[in-house]
Amino acid sequence: MKAALFVPCYVDQLYPRVGLAAARVLERLGVTVVFPEEQTCCGQPMANAGFAADAAPLARRFLEVFGEHDAVVCPSGSCTSMVRNHYDAYLAGRPGFERLKASTFELCEFVHDVLGVRALPGRYPRKVGLHRSCHGLRELRLGSSSERVEPRFGKVDALLRGLDGLELVELTRSDECCGFGGTFAVAEEAVSCLMGRDRIADHLGAGAEVVTGTDVSCLMHMDGLARRAGLPLAFRHVAEVLDEALAAAGAAELDRLRASAGAAGAARAAAATSAREAAPLSAGRTR
Amino acid sequence: MTARDEILGRLRAAAPPDPGLPDVPPGEARPGDLAARFGDAVVAAGGVLVALPGEAALGPAVAAHAEKLAARRIASRVAAAGPGTVRLEDLADPHELEGIDLAVLPGRLGVAENGAVWVDGAALHHRGVFVVTQHLALVVPAAELVPDLHEAYRRLRFDGPGFGLFIAGPSKTADIEQALVIGAHGARSATVFLI
Amino acid sequence: MSEGHAERAARFAADEPRAHWHDQALWFMRAKRDRAASAVPEWERLRTLASAIKAHTRANLAGYLEQFERNALAKGIRVHWARDADEHNSIVHGILAERGVTRLVKSKSMLTEECHLNPYLEARGIEVVDTDLGERIVQLAGEPPSHIVLPAIHKKKEEIGDLFHAKLGTPAGLADPKQLTEAARGHLRERFMAAQAGLTGVNFAVAETGGVVVCTNEGNADMGTSLPPLHVACMGVEKVVPRLEDLGVFLRVLARSATGQACTTYTTHFHAPMRGGELHVVIVDNGRSALLADETYREALACIRCGACMNTCPVFRRSGGYSYAWTIPGPIGAVLATARDPVRHASLAFASSLCGSCDDVCPVRIPIHDQLLARRRDLARAGALPLGKRLGMWLLGRVLRSRPLYELAGRLARWLGRRAPRALLNGRWNGWARQRELPDLPEASFRELWRRERGGGGPR
Repeated sequence: MKAALFVPCYVDQLYPRVGLAAARVLERLGVTVVFPEEQTCCGQPMANAGFAADAAPLARRFLEVFGEHDAVVCPSGSCTSMVRNHYDAYLAGRPGFERLKASTFELCEFVHDVLGVRALPGRYPRKVGLHRSCHGLRELRLGSSSERVEPRFGKVDALLRGLDGLELVELTRSDECCGFGGTFAVAEEAVSCLMGRDRIADHLGAGAEVVTGTDVSCLMHMDGLARRAGLPLAFRHVAEVLDEALAAAGAAELDRLRASAGAAGAARAAAATSAREAAPLSAGRTR
Repeated sequence: MTARDEILGRLRAAAPPDPGLPDVPPGEARPGDLAARFGDAVVAAGGVLVALPGEAALGPAVAAHAEKLAARRIASRVAAAGPGTVRLEDLADPHELEGIDLAVLPGRLGVAENGAVWVDGAALHHRGVFVVTQHLALVVPAAELVPDLHEAYRRLRFDGPGFGLFIAGPSKTADIEQALVIGAHGARSATVFLI
Repeated sequence: MSEGHAERAARFAADEPRAHWHDQALWFMRAKRDRAASAVPEWERLRTLASAIKAHTRANLAGYLEQFERNALAKGIRVHWARDADEHNSIVHGILAERGVTRLVKSKSMLTEECHLNPYLEARGIEVVDTDLGERIVQLAGEPPSHIVLPAIHKKKEEIGDLFHAKLGTPAGLADPKQLTEAARGHLRERFMAAQAGLTGVNFAVAETGGVVVCTNEGNADMGTSLPPLHVACMGVEKVVPRLEDLGVFLRVLARSATGQACTTYTTHFHAPMRGGELHVVIVDNGRSALLADETYREALACIRCGACMNTCPVFRRSGGYSYAWTIPGPIGAVLATARDPVRHASLAFASSLCGSCDDVCPVRIPIHDQLLARRRDLARAGALPLGKRLGMWLLGRVLRSRPLYELAGRLARWLGRRAPRALLNGRWNGWARQRELPDLPEASFRELWRRERGGGGPR
């Protein structure tokens, strides 16, 4: 099946390897990846700061650029959530918008839900701390949040746990915010940095060597703090972790995976799209 | 226009669409013994549970408890627990409640999910006895245990004037560095006699 | 630009060990809440039910308040109505003054904090003693509460010990919570005994029965209302619930959310004055009807004042209640304050990373973080945000609308950034770089690399 890669603006400019890793992960799973060059930014920085008027043209642009694709995959929970949960104010009623919402996925969510891949082959023999970025967690429901009384689950967890040699460390606060929060990182610098340092201390205390997550923005903030303090933690986006692991996977394993993912993927994507189109506007988020 | 009319008028004008009033379903059934769960909850609330085989055992149990507390001024509103040493009807003013060491009060029902005991104001003569007393004893019939507050409220009514409260354990506070301290302003201990 | 949350928070956070201590104390509350909630398998359904009952009540608030008043009057309870804080204070004072009351004991009421009742009464010769231990501590210290459930959470026991030594005569250096509480017990019991009236808040007013429910752990509301013959209960219009059975839902979620207890020690139902006494209920609007009219924010009226949002908020934990400079702090406080005066409290809408944890703990499902984002939009639309920010966002927006311009800007920024001296980049002007390293700037962007590897937008 085919997917359009939605590369967040700051990934494009600051962490290109994350975009490349995301593309490779998808391709190894048999997905044909296209990169619509006209994309720029989903408008989240402006929208989050309250500047809806400045975000609106970018939302419209996004629909134009990605509207025709069957699947839009993004290595960022917050940008994906922007499209699924926060674009209604700008695009409600426009042709193709419901379909766009139903077709836009965060990377791990796409692999887990659409391709139906619950375990990936490959090795990643490290102690890994999973940072459960807030938008992906509480807006996309990529996993259970610690506040809610619900069965524990996690799509990103599942993909990581399947990797050979990977040990997911246990944090004291499994989903506390790192303090990035967009302009918050600078406007409320003091609290933002306290929050980030506390996350780092939690990961170090749990024995993590590598901290991973679905959002480079969070990782960039924590990495910035860790490097300034000279702390021995590596930060890798989950696309990079999966990419590195898959690179070590056997050809036969990958062929098997591709076959099942391919067939399942096409069927699920079609079903998911029609199911979401039928559902009410706020289908992307459950309260 | 009075303040009342103005406020009600504004609230009417601002009223959003009505999604309807949902029914409150009964609580979810839980496994396990009601009395055991109630006992655990009483303890969790800082109280003590004493299970008695029958009403006849209440008098001696309360007497023993009073002795352990070195309680001299005892107000009993439960006949089977004994007459006590203070008749609340003899106190003209609630301020005279000060100095009561132990109050033995009737519980109408006990709630298993939280260890709370419903005490009806009509049984108290002076309302404040449950909080002014240094130590509290509540007598609850085991047959009147309910699983949760939903069931409790199915049984409680306030058709006429009244007063009543749920009491769960002794008075407590954690306002100083979150250290739990028992006996803030009210009873320093709460013992539930389950009959 | 006047001081806002960020400046106050920075001061609080500057004492890192203390900020850490405060953070741990409130996380402890959050963890207790989690344990209590998970002991109720139907917890999430209860939240939905609580939210739905409140939504229906809001749609019929006038009717339910009238029903409440009718039933209360029939039970000998007096009912008063106050349009705003001044009227509330005047009514309460009137009730007390008419009866010659000069000694009042109070249990917790955030509404009376909101109306600044204490100074109003004190200026008119009425001694007001706050009797909740936490509230008494901050009253003796001359401070407002910093948390709606744990008023003195910001104070260390040694500080409370010093305060009690100065004000209550406890031994110098005594810092044991048990002994300090015992000292307060004796001191406050004297006040309860001497009081001529007791004032409480109202956790829930029941329309079906005309009664009010007050929840405490200490029993101070009960002491204060069973000794003196006069009880004044103050409530916001939103405190009414339709039926007695609705209490089952709210009481099951209130204490678990607030302190992690299955219920408070005392849950007192007042359905008549005491024998020979009087019970007055004062119903207050003070901006609530305006909030009800606002489609975006009206759900905030569902708040049952549990404080769970404060305990779960990573920003509140590290900045403290005072950095919000409003009666009710934290996430819900930010919503309520900005609803009252958006421009004055604008910084509160930004005192959040929008993590959404508050939404997930709120027992009545108020979409707090959505409301904070909506407030940011309202502020931007009203032109209330700083010019620099407006221009910056406008410029960014314009650049991002054009692919060639965006690509050029990105290339330029990376090119300059890779060549700029570190000292310049990490200067004091750079709000990011004061405490954080900047990311290593890549030579090529993703799209440049993609083009090189793949020669265009399509597949290999």
